[in-house]
Amino acid sequence: MELRINQTTYQVDADADTPLLWVIRDDLGLTGTKYGCGLAQCGACSVLVDGNVVRSCVTPVAGVVGREITTIEAIEADAVGKHVVAAWVEHQVAQCGYCQSGQVMAATALLKHTPKPSAEQIDAAMVNLCRCGTYNAIHAAVNDLAKQENA
Amino acid sequence: MKTRDDLFDGPVNLSRRHFLASAAVGALVIGFGLPLGSSRVQAATAERGTQVPAFLEIRPDGSVRLLSPFMEGGQGTHTAMAQIVGEELDADPATFIVEAAPPGEAYVVMENGMRITGGSMSVRMSYPTMRRLGALARAMLLQAGAEQLNVPLAELSTQPGRVVHAASGRSLGYGELAGRALDMPVPDPATITLRDPSQFRWIGKPVRRVDAYDKSTGKAQYSIDLKVDGMLHAAVQHAPRLGMTVGSLRNQAQVEGMKGVHSVHQLPGAVAVVAERWWHAKRAVEAIQVDWQEAGPDAKVRVMPADFSSDGWRDVLAAQQGPARDDENEGDVAATLKGAKTSVEATYHNQYVNHAQLEPPSALARFNADGTLDIWLPNQAPDMFRADIAKRAGLDPAQVNLHSPLLGGFFGRHFLYDSASPYPQAIALAKAVGRPIKLIWSREEEFLRDVLRPVAVVKFRAALDEKGFPVAIEAVSATEGPTEAIAGKQGDKLDPTALEGLSGKSYAIPNKRIAQIYVKGPAMLGYWRSVGNSLNDFFYEAFLDELADKGGHDPYELRLHLLRDNPRLTTLLQAVGELSGGWKRGPFTAADGSRRARGVAMASPFGSHAAVIAEVSIEQGQVKVHDIWEAIDPGSIVNPAIVEAQVNGAVALGLSQTLLEEAVFIDGKPRARNYDLYPILPPSRMARVHVRIVESGEKMGGIGEPPLPAVAPAVANAVAQLTGQRIRSLPLSRHTFS
Repeated sequence: MELRINQTTYQVDADADTPLLWVIRDDLGLTGTKYGCGLAQCGACSVLVDGNVVRSCVTPVAGVVGREITTIEAIEADAVGKHVVAAWVEHQVAQCGYCQSGQVMAATALLKHTPKPSAEQIDAAMVNLCRCGTYNAIHAAVNDLAKQENA
Repeated sequence: MKTRDDLFDGPVNLSRRHFLASAAVGALVIGFGLPLGSSRVQAATAERGTQVPAFLEIRPDGSVRLLSPFMEGGQGTHTAMAQIVGEELDADPATFIVEAAPPGEAYVVMENGMRITGGSMSVRMSYPTMRRLGALARAMLLQAGAEQLNVPLAELSTQPGRVVHAASGRSLGYGELAGRALDMPVPDPATITLRDPSQFRWIGKPVRRVDAYDKSTGKAQYSIDLKVDGMLHAAVQHAPRLGMTVGSLRNQAQVEGMKGVHSVHQLPGAVAVVAERWWHAKRAVEAIQVDWQEAGPDAKVRVMPADFSSDGWRDVLAAQQGPARDDENEGDVAATLKGAKTSVEATYHNQYVNHAQLEPPSALARFNADGTLDIWLPNQAPDMFRADIAKRAGLDPAQVNLHSPLLGGFFGRHFLYDSASPYPQAIALAKAVGRPIKLIWSREEEFLRDVLRPVAVVKFRAALDEKGFPVAIEAVSATEGPTEAIAGKQGDKLDPTALEGLSGKSYAIPNKRIAQIYVKGPAMLGYWRSVGNSLNDFFYEAFLDELADKGGHDPYELRLHLLRDNPRLTTLLQAVGELSGGWKRGPFTAADGSRRARGVAMASPFGSHAAVIAEVSIEQGQVKVHDIWEAIDPGSIVNPAIVEAQVNGAVALGLSQTLLEEAVFIDGKPRARNYDLYPILPPSRMARVHVRIVESGEKMGGIGEPPLPAVAPAVANAVAQLTGQRIRSLPLSRHTFS
């Protein structure tokens, strides 16, 4: 099947029900998207599908054929994503960093749809787990982005 | 001798390493001589942390590659090492690339003669040594500069990244000098003068983390991300209870025929599938129908019985009568209790918890044509792991090239725990199939084999004087400590990690006895962030609030009273009071109309001291923690921004174990195999965190763990004040509030 990932077309030989996560990681070698739980519990595997955040560990690959997929590797090619990364660095969000690809994807999706989210909208969107406890730094970074004119 | 390219001819997506390797050709490369065994390293002085070439490489562009003795898993130690070495080397930490050093004596830099990443020890145990290392390297660059510029050494100085000859206005970048500096002998450490701390540019400053950008863009690589040529993937299914063995596989042929499957294997206590794709391996291994056999009498692992339950085990601990062995015994507790007019008794317990770090464990093993083994795996103790790996693989340790990628969280998960790591399986499979193997444990297998934080049942007794002040306290803990669980009971010696947090308290209570009833349990135990303190400070500090209430004292004032002769802790307690806007216990009504109360607690783990105030309310029957104020005194610090981040992280884990975390076992099996039934703190339950760093100037203490233990009792004490219900066990999700 044919997949559009990060503006590139890939021919992939995978069963229809293979989770998108494993196609991205093992077939395409894009390891920035992380495996955390395989059950859509933690959000470490978050990617964008047509601009919406999706948990790739439970997304069958056949379901995203013909859609535009964005992974963390291309996040800075996205204007909003570039701002998100800059805010993540500015706020020194990451600790171990393992969940942060997913956190950056979730923030990017939120801000693409809602450039100026309210505190409630931020809380509703930023639900990925972080075992290091970077939640307050994440919140501060997204709040900052919500206030920026160009976010 | 191995070349650098051999060493790093590994994961094809370790692009940075390949870049380094190619960039290094013909360049000055201090530190090319890795690993140990090279003549250059051996020729250096034997004193710890003085083998400059083993640690540092300065590239032509002036960037500095530092091999860190300590693993980076979020605690910021790689950045701290860059600050400390950079300060004395005179090189901006922002120009550093930091990676974990291989095993070897050269990297044993801790003052206790160990090399581990744990116990909140990395910075505090290596600080003077790593400073001296930077200074030695600077001296070598100066010497090289003197030769190259043909001027007296005394006329040279440095600016960040450059050797400068002020008289002639000439200067050379470190990158230009590195080749010549390589040939310099390492100076006698006694001739080195360290920088005056008043002149520090980077130590003590909120320097940015060296890995922030890579970790925000998916570029940071963890063990689970690595790949080598010809690699196959593997997944395992473990026996439902540790100790059980593989009987027969009922559908082996069918599984062997599943898509992508390379082979099916039997391992000690597990079955494995090797496949071209991990997804295929996982699906196939989960489809295997295994007849598991009960453990035999010769089982080499701790056998989990079929009737084990975590609640039942708590009852077993609670029923223990002794004998108990004393860790602390001062004054005359028995007589004081007997003669006391007012006494208080209470029994506390905690719960098993999992590490639940976000990166599932993995190991990548590759046997090379020359008989050596390359292995990549998460670990907190490379030399211990290498020794174990060599033993398992039947190799000499020198034949094992162990690589330590970034850790996707650890919290104590990656010490050497027999039966709780994938590398023995990866080694066996790589041997069996003759190709490199990357084995990933699924989240479900991780929850099945993770080692648990110990549980304890603690019986307290205390006596109050006529003014209501405690004059005697006794705590007898029925428990097994993590160290004695891992290493076995050490004769009559107590395991300090069993009682820390009950022992070592600073309150002026003249009669005290802290004792352990050692009870060996069936569950495999391990170290969890803050280790014994993570449970024991909860017990002690919550019970202390009971004493305050019984004696008619405010708990904050009681602590001040009991610390009246301890200026350091008095200052700390006052600092957290001030940080919170002045101590007020409540209950009070907040601006939003909710009823709230505050609790206070203290802890002194890992060489540092912490004081916490928590503010709570009850929302829909659940405890809501609004704010945590934490003052911490680690003596002195290297990076205030990372300290604040670590306090945030420790608060999050502390709240998680307080509010909702619990590993429940029923019929010998964990109830939870994923985050659905093992909830960890979600963002919605995080508190605002306010940090004050108090630098007393005392001996440097730890940072990763010390902020955690006082969180649980501060919250429990606040909840008790708000609801009138004593909190004598965790998590709070087991309690009912209205």
